[in-house]
Amino acid sequence: MILLRHTNTQLSILLVILFIAFSLGIDRFFSIESAWSMAIQVSGLGILSLAMMITLLKGGINLSLIATTNLCSLTMAYMINLLTPGAEGLALIGGILVALACGAFVAAFIGALNGYIIAYLNVSPILATLGTMTLVKGIAVGLTAGNVLSGFPEAITYIGNGAVLGIPFSLFVFVGCAIPLAIWLSRTPTGMFIYMIGSNEKATRYSGIDTKWVIFKVYLLSSMLAWIGAIVLMGWLNSARADYSESYLLITILAAVLGGIDPFGGSGKVAGLVLALAILQFISSAFNLLGFSPFLTLAIWGVILLAAAALAIKTRSLQQN
Amino acid sequence: MHEMLKRLRSKNEFWLAIVLLGLVVFFSFTAPAFFTIGNLNDLLTQNAFTGILCAGLIVVLIAGGIDISFTATASVVQYAAVTLANMYGMNWIILLVIAGGLGAIMGTINAFFVVKFRIHSIIVSIATLNIFYGLLIFITSGNYITTVPDYFYDGINWLEFQLGRRSYGINLQMVLLFGSFILTAFILKATNIGRQIYAMGGNPDAARRLGFSIFRLNLFVYGYMGFIAGIASIAHAQLQLNVTPTVLVGRELTVLAAVVLGGASLMGGVGTVLGTILGVSFLCVLQNGLIILGLPARWEGAVTGLVILIAVAASALEGSRQMNMRRASRKGQEAGAAA
Repeated sequence: MILLRHTNTQLSILLVILFIAFSLGIDRFFSIESAWSMAIQVSGLGILSLAMMITLLKGGINLSLIATTNLCSLTMAYMINLLTPGAEGLALIGGILVALACGAFVAAFIGALNGYIIAYLNVSPILATLGTMTLVKGIAVGLTAGNVLSGFPEAITYIGNGAVLGIPFSLFVFVGCAIPLAIWLSRTPTGMFIYMIGSNEKATRYSGIDTKWVIFKVYLLSSMLAWIGAIVLMGWLNSARADYSESYLLITILAAVLGGIDPFGGSGKVAGLVLALAILQFISSAFNLLGFSPFLTLAIWGVILLAAAALAIKTRSLQQN
Repeated sequence: MHEMLKRLRSKNEFWLAIVLLGLVVFFSFTAPAFFTIGNLNDLLTQNAFTGILCAGLIVVLIAGGIDISFTATASVVQYAAVTLANMYGMNWIILLVIAGGLGAIMGTINAFFVVKFRIHSIIVSIATLNIFYGLLIFITSGNYITTVPDYFYDGINWLEFQLGRRSYGINLQMVLLFGSFILTAFILKATNIGRQIYAMGGNPDAARRLGFSIFRLNLFVYGYMGFIAGIASIAHAQLQLNVTPTVLVGRELTVLAAVVLGGASLMGGVGTVLGTILGVSFLCVLQNGLIILGLPARWEGAVTGLVILIAVAASALEGSRQMNMRRASRKGQEAGAAA
């Protein structure tokens, strides 16, 4: 019974029930094709959810996440279109690497800006990232006038659509972000400091930890994950635009909270987030196969979020008694 | 006099008013079309939707909560109310009562989950935003409503006067905008409920021990937000003369930015109607002035974002400066006492 109160156990049970029900009830759910499309869809969202998760863990939030992703992919798309047409061999590789580096630079700049304003100027994270979100999206819209940049070399579309051993490459990228992040959070001092700041920032500071530097690093890392997410998404969609995937912003928070991450910081695990992402993806794909509107999926996700939050609070009060 | 200036300087409203005044003076000299009756009319009419919502959100923030579901509430109410109006005719008063009532009912759903299940309001309202909006688009397939009742075309025009070729007057948007702020100010300043809302936002545990009904207070707060969202949706529908269910969702963070710029704290218990009015005016005047100055509309967001960042950074710096001064003066007193 004690095991049942554990968030990850509850999520796993829900996941298994959904999997069995959908596999039995829907023809094409249990198939290679649907597994493939689910894996690709979950990867981009998953990387962005990791980026949101670390800011939530420390008791903050990153509302500028999607704006950062879009400005990064636009920057990279622009550089690729500038450098790679006609290029071959080393010139092509060089051009792509320069483009990726430019994206990384943009992400680092936005992350450092968020980190500086929040950690060193003591501005509330909602307010600061609301400002950077407006600014960053504004720059993206200003520069592109809302136009689409598209047409990338194969190396980029491979990241979004290619396969290794029959498994989508983007899934490897997601796992390659999730596992190191999980280890970093649970096994390194900085990781522990993030949880400590999330539960009590003042106490952490008084115990001699440079909390400002840790907070700065959290927002920097969040931005860098947005950059990786940008590469995967632009490869998948083969295009970039200032207002792509804006609905992801609230969904990353939804996934994190469903995964047992306390939105006010201090607790939550990468494993829980991954389970939550899988549950959301199962529901979305199943509804898609059943021909339901994606907006119905949105509504169901909302219901699940409420149910999960209510359940989490009930379990916590049970544990306290 | 010196003391009064000192007290004024420490107020967020004072700084906002100075900056807003500076902005108005600047645009008046650089953009001849800015300081005109016509532009004032446009400013109030175009921004009424955002402004009305600010009058509701400030109450939620003071109560220590947050709500981002109001744009979805407004979308649902707009669709339902205009559909009903097309079927049964009605008039402004009945339409507003229906819209406000439906919005209030939807708002109280938030309160129910916040209090009865003790889920934080940001999570509840993210969920209800997706539920309301998802169901609306699912049921309506995202279709527009292109016909509106005749009285939508007439609107209302009070105290009309002719100036040049256009005629100006008090229109529906202005009535609802001013009405909302007056109502919010009345509730917060002059009623018992208003005081209880401040108390609950400042210290919910103390408020509970004093015997306030937290559930009933929250029902009122989120219900009021929903009511205001319903009213705002009618102001928007009358201006557009159609209903597009997808255009309102996505504006919630702009409203939040305006209210927080006006000095409301996300921790609850702090915020004023005057500050909110200054905050939203500041954002709207800035955007309006820049467009009149000839800044391409696509750069509007970048400038707004930059200004929000500068404003929050400056107010954070001012806050820490005051804290340091207080600390220094306390140290001085202690040193004096020791001597």
